[in-house]
Amino acid sequence: MSISITLTLNGAARDIALDDTRVTLLDLLRERLALPGTKKGCDRGQCGACTVLVNGRRLNSCLTLAVTLDGAEITTIEGLAEGDELHPVQSAFIENDGFQCGYCTPGQIMSAVGLIAEGHAGEDLERIREGMSGNLCRCAAYHGITLAVREATRRMAEDKKGQAA
Amino acid sequence: MPDILSRPFRFGSNSGQPITRRDGIAKVTGTAIFAADNMPDRLLHAVIVPAGIARGRVTHLDAEAAEAHPGVTHVITPQNRPPLQGDPSAKTMMFSFRIEVLQDDAVRYAGQPIAMVLGETLEAATEGAHLLSPRYDVEPARVRLDDSPSFAFDPAGFGLPADVEHGDVDAGHRAARWVVDATYETAAQYHNAMETHAIVAEWDGDRLTLDMPSQALAISCAAYAFYFGIPAGNVTLRSPYLGGGFGSKAFATGPQVLAILAARMTGRPVKLMLTRQQMFGPVGHRGATRQRLRLGADDRAALTVIDHEGLAETSSFDDFVEPAAGASQGLYAARALRSTHRAVRLDIGTPGPMRAPGEASGSAALECAMDEMAEQIGIDPLEFRLRNYAETEPGTGRPYSSKALRECYMQAAERFGWAGRPLKPGQMRDDNGLLVGWGMGTALFPCPMFAAEARATLRPDGTALVETSAADMGQGAWTALAQIAADSLGLPLEKLEFRSGHSGLPDAGVAGGSGHTATAGGALHAAGSDVIRQLGEIAAADPASPLYGSGNAGFVARDGRLYVADDDSRSEAFAEIIGRAGGAAITGNGTASRPPEDAERHAMSSHGAVFAEVKVDPDLYQMRVTRMVGAFAAGRIINPRLAESQLMGGMIWGISFALHEEARHDPRTGRIVNADFAGYHVPVNADVRGLEVITVHEDDPYVNALGIKGVGEIGITGAVGAIANAIWHATGKRIRRFPIRIEDLSTA
Ligand code: FES
Ligand code: FES
Repeated sequence: MSISITLTLNGAARDIALDDTRVTLLDLLRERLALPGTKKGCDRGQCGACTVLVNGRRLNSCLTLAVTLDGAEITTIEGLAEGDELHPVQSAFIENDGFQCGYCTPGQIMSAVGLIAEGHAGEDLERIREGMSGNLCRCAAYHGITLAVREATRRMAEDKKGQAA
Repeated sequence: MPDILSRPFRFGSNSGQPITRRDGIAKVTGTAIFAADNMPDRLLHAVIVPAGIARGRVTHLDAEAAEAHPGVTHVITPQNRPPLQGDPSAKTMMFSFRIEVLQDDAVRYAGQPIAMVLGETLEAATEGAHLLSPRYDVEPARVRLDDSPSFAFDPAGFGLPADVEHGDVDAGHRAARWVVDATYETAAQYHNAMETHAIVAEWDGDRLTLDMPSQALAISCAAYAFYFGIPAGNVTLRSPYLGGGFGSKAFATGPQVLAILAARMTGRPVKLMLTRQQMFGPVGHRGATRQRLRLGADDRAALTVIDHEGLAETSSFDDFVEPAAGASQGLYAARALRSTHRAVRLDIGTPGPMRAPGEASGSAALECAMDEMAEQIGIDPLEFRLRNYAETEPGTGRPYSSKALRECYMQAAERFGWAGRPLKPGQMRDDNGLLVGWGMGTALFPCPMFAAEARATLRPDGTALVETSAADMGQGAWTALAQIAADSLGLPLEKLEFRSGHSGLPDAGVAGGSGHTATAGGALHAAGSDVIRQLGEIAAADPASPLYGSGNAGFVARDGRLYVADDDSRSEAFAEIIGRAGGAAITGNGTASRPPEDAERHAMSSHGAVFAEVKVDPDLYQMRVTRMVGAFAAGRIINPRLAESQLMGGMIWGISFALHEEARHDPRTGRIVNADFAGYHVPVNADVRGLEVITVHEDDPYVNALGIKGVGEIGITGAVGAIANAIWHATGKRIRRFPIRIEDLSTA
């Protein structure tokens, strides 16, 4: 039995035929769609390494069955930069050394993009820490992650203002 | 002949700069390819079936049910597993562990692989693994330190003598006016790098290609070649990025060998990625310890003795004894020192080295005992440490190659605001009524060097290629090593191509012991210097060169030009020198290791001081680290940005050790009950605030040519004790079991 779903994946419409209903969004991306940027750290919703945006909200892709996502809009780490131009969160992670091994980083960055869009942390470091606490980093690059999220929040707010003006 | 190598290494514009990671863009865009990201054609997915008991025998596996599941292609069990050429129990070198590869039906620990299922999809293989429904003959599990008799064991760790004694220990005890006799326990901890152990294995005849994270590429190739009876040169190992290692990815592991075996058996590439739960067992851990510390001090607060007994768990079938008591050897100027190690055999996976093996657990106990002694004597804990400051290595009297520990104490204490700290506990509260406590600890980590090789090629266009099989597991090898290489060649980083993380390159040795930058960097430095030496010879002999005839003066390479030493008016671009000489690239080779005489002459360690503030809820006993300042003297810092991240990461591992991490066994089944990230706690972002790192300047002319000591592990040491001591200072309670739990504080 094959089930078809349609996704908007990093901006492009994709028709996907699934021969197995057990496939999670994470494994769909990694093993079937050749998008391995999204990482697996626990496969049960405990680490955040697999965070992607689904319809603009951050989500643990390991806990989501792909068949449930018909019609969804999905953004992964591969879809964040515009060509060679990094997303402000991506460049802030580099500048603030918000990672060491980089394995949790796609999840951290997608989570940060989601957090900033949610808008309740702002530039408050304590709130950023709380809001990012679903994303484990065993290298413990937390200091840099927190500063990166604050910097990106600020830069994106300025960019928005600049555009509005 | 121009004598360049004997000149002090000139650091150009690269080393010492806090440049951002050169692999940064790859890592933030998801284009850095980790092992499990590879997807060769015709790939099979492998899933391990872990033992659900800790001791006994597997009596039944329902292979038929698994094989009948659509998409399952193979079920591998001890009954049908093809033979290995090398004995999985052989210890062929110092870093060999006995591995579990379905050699029989015995179960030696929970989580041991007892079967492997292959499938066309991950889903099919996973389901197949579940369908095996193992049945067992169960024997009682021994999982606690008291469950088996202890025995004398030599050596501890990798080759450390188990028992070490300096001075007259009995006399030290007798001379004591003040005595601390305390026993500390540390928990079993699992590395849990975010990237679980993964492998993609593919055979082509008797040639094997592995995509696999490795902290030691050449050693890994040799190990896998041994098990499969092929020359090491037939193994190609690609490990451009490791998603963390912390000591667990330096060795051949059973699951990875099984994946390679499956690939050979099926003639197809096989991918295996351990689940998080499977990280608790077959890939090493930090063994639990019980440590008794007996300290004596005289009436001037001088230590008369440090007597440190370590008891550590090891497996029933292999040996690795956490060398915890060794941490007491090199630090304080006690008149007598004794460290002993005993081991206990349990039904657990074999422990192994985990970030600061020995030092982390040993320093936790030692720094707490020091604090208890300071309390007894009634002096400030920092003052107590300064009174026992070792000007030469305790026990041996050897001079230190360098030791800026005093500066670490002073700078960290100053920054923290230690002065004026009340001696007595329970004196400080914050505005919300929380108990506030301040504690400190000394950090120490040795700076070993291994052996490494590197190659540098200066191309006719004045750019260079440098190569060594270094491992970047997050410490920043791609960046720091390239900085060193660029300076050794006198080139800006942009003109350098750095190749690494591939077994076909010159052997960079082990990324471990905090010695990778020093060792691989030393080899790169030597290779670059070799190129410059050859270039100088060409230029000095070339009448058309401005450098002609200046060989005796020596040369300096800078910004892609070769200069006569001390004469900036005479120089020539690399490309011009090569061009006139026929345009052939110049290749230089370098090696690095520490000559044994150098290692003998000086004691070599990184040092540091960590100060911590905790707040404790007086009713609920919830504990939080609210501030931590660490100052570290670790020789030359190649990249301050990355070094600070490493040190900070280490300090957060200290928080984790002190307050979070513990694998808990169910004593009835022997299984670890919290074998996942929901139950096995590591710090999250909200646990970390107020961290500061200071790197204290230190010139070390002896450790190695570059003066590098290493920063990867020292951050944990000192931090654990500082936190525990701060908790005492807040509450007046000494909790001697790590991690410190709310229930221990509330019932103490
Ligand atoms: S892999 Fe999804 S939360 Fe860990
Ligand atoms: S950077 Fe290594 S786990 Fe976060």
